[in-house]
Amino acid sequence: MRPDTLLLAAALCAAGAAQAQSAADEIAKYRAMLADGNPAELIEAQGETLWSAKRGPKQASLEACDLGKGPGVVAGAYAELPRFFKDTGKVMDAEARLVHCMVTLQGIDRADAVKKPFSDQGERATDIEALIAYIVGASRGAAINVPQVHAEEKASFARGQKAFFYRAGPYDFSCASCHSKDGQRIRLQDLPNLTQAAAARSAFATWPAYRVSQGAVRTMQWRMADCVRQQRFPQLGFTSQASIDLITYLGVKAKDGKMDAPGLKR
Amino acid sequence: MTRHTLTAMLLGLACAGAANAGPQDDADLAAFKASFRDKNGATVDRLEQTEHQKLCSQDALAPLSAAQRKAIEAEALATVRMPADGKYFGDWKEGEKLAQNGRGMQSNDAKGSPNGGNCYACHQLDKKEIAFGNIGPSLYQYAKLRGGATPELLKYTWSKVYNSHAFQACSTMPRFGAAGILTEKQIQDVMSLLLDPASPVNH
Repeated sequence: MRPDTLLLAAALCAAGAAQAQSAADEIAKYRAMLADGNPAELIEAQGETLWSAKRGPKQASLEACDLGKGPGVVAGAYAELPRFFKDTGKVMDAEARLVHCMVTLQGIDRADAVKKPFSDQGERATDIEALIAYIVGASRGAAINVPQVHAEEKASFARGQKAFFYRAGPYDFSCASCHSKDGQRIRLQDLPNLTQAAAARSAFATWPAYRVSQGAVRTMQWRMADCVRQQRFPQLGFTSQASIDLITYLGVKAKDGKMDAPGLKR
Repeated sequence: MTRHTLTAMLLGLACAGAANAGPQDDADLAAFKASFRDKNGATVDRLEQTEHQKLCSQDALAPLSAAQRKAIEAEALATVRMPADGKYFGDWKEGEKLAQNGRGMQSNDAKGSPNGGNCYACHQLDKKEIAFGNIGPSLYQYAKLRGGATPELLKYTWSKVYNSHAFQACSTMPRFGAAGILTEKQIQDVMSLLLDPASPVNH
């Protein structure tokens, strides 16, 4: 068993009648126990090494990657993504932009880059997970400011809002089915009301996150795809337009929150 | 109001919606659908909305009129199929298993694997299960608080599980019968969990 899993088990057992308490309380305790020791920091460090390593057919690093604040500027960039990029003519989130840089700077084949973005249980973090952990970590404390200046950025928000309320599939669920009212839970899991600034800020600020139950850093793209899975929708494509639009919708709602990721989740 | 009138009303509403939708909306919808891929039983055709799903998506941003809601409820009620043999009950123990089981129809579930009901995700039922959600009302002592399993309550409960929109247009609760999530036998088991005096729900 991983040390962090043992810690969580200890936190849960220590509560004795833990079941009677909200799971959120237990996770808050667990977070407090770890304080400055989020396991994601190890993965962030891996990502930092990868960022400056010369890799791919072009044997180039990612240090010239433009994440929106100019080539090579990582600090604060995540807090302002998704945004419109002139060179691609598209609104891109951090993960889409990272893939773009891997392809253009390092010469990595796009299909290879996106083949397996997320690690399976017990596996080492993928390059994308590690790099994103590093990129988001460099925005700690930065104010969330997903731009709504370019027409494409506004269009992305509008599409994201539509997607958020789009009910379909055998269960008739939309994102809003679980995330548009205060104080709701699935089982013991609190559901943030993402139509409200406070909850949207807290969600955007703390993803990507180290997911204790999975022993892995999970990215925002993963978060969207996993919500959609529970919605009984087909599989959401990695860095697809709908995924980016949903992240834009959330990010704009989260304006002025303070980035605090990678976070730590159950 | 006849069913035909209701259908005509709904069609009228749908057409009014379509009249507002420009080419950009069509392109957006196409791009939205292109963002997904088939996986196991979760295929992209699931993104095609029924007229009710369209209206209920709009409802969240611009609430439907009372007449629209009534029409949806009447159409939903018309989908309800009562148990073929008039048998409302099954086994509450099987119902409890279904209430606990959240699997089924997700893109990571094997195609054709049995579906759960996942009632505890949103409802309190057996008091011993404390990991219950609160999107729906508590169903603890469901029959006890409603004067026992009267014929009216049986019919209402069956219909509510079968198609929740019959009583509340655009309900968050899945249409377990109408959408083919639970079989007739499974609904009988859930009925027993809710209504059998021996079920822990009514203790």
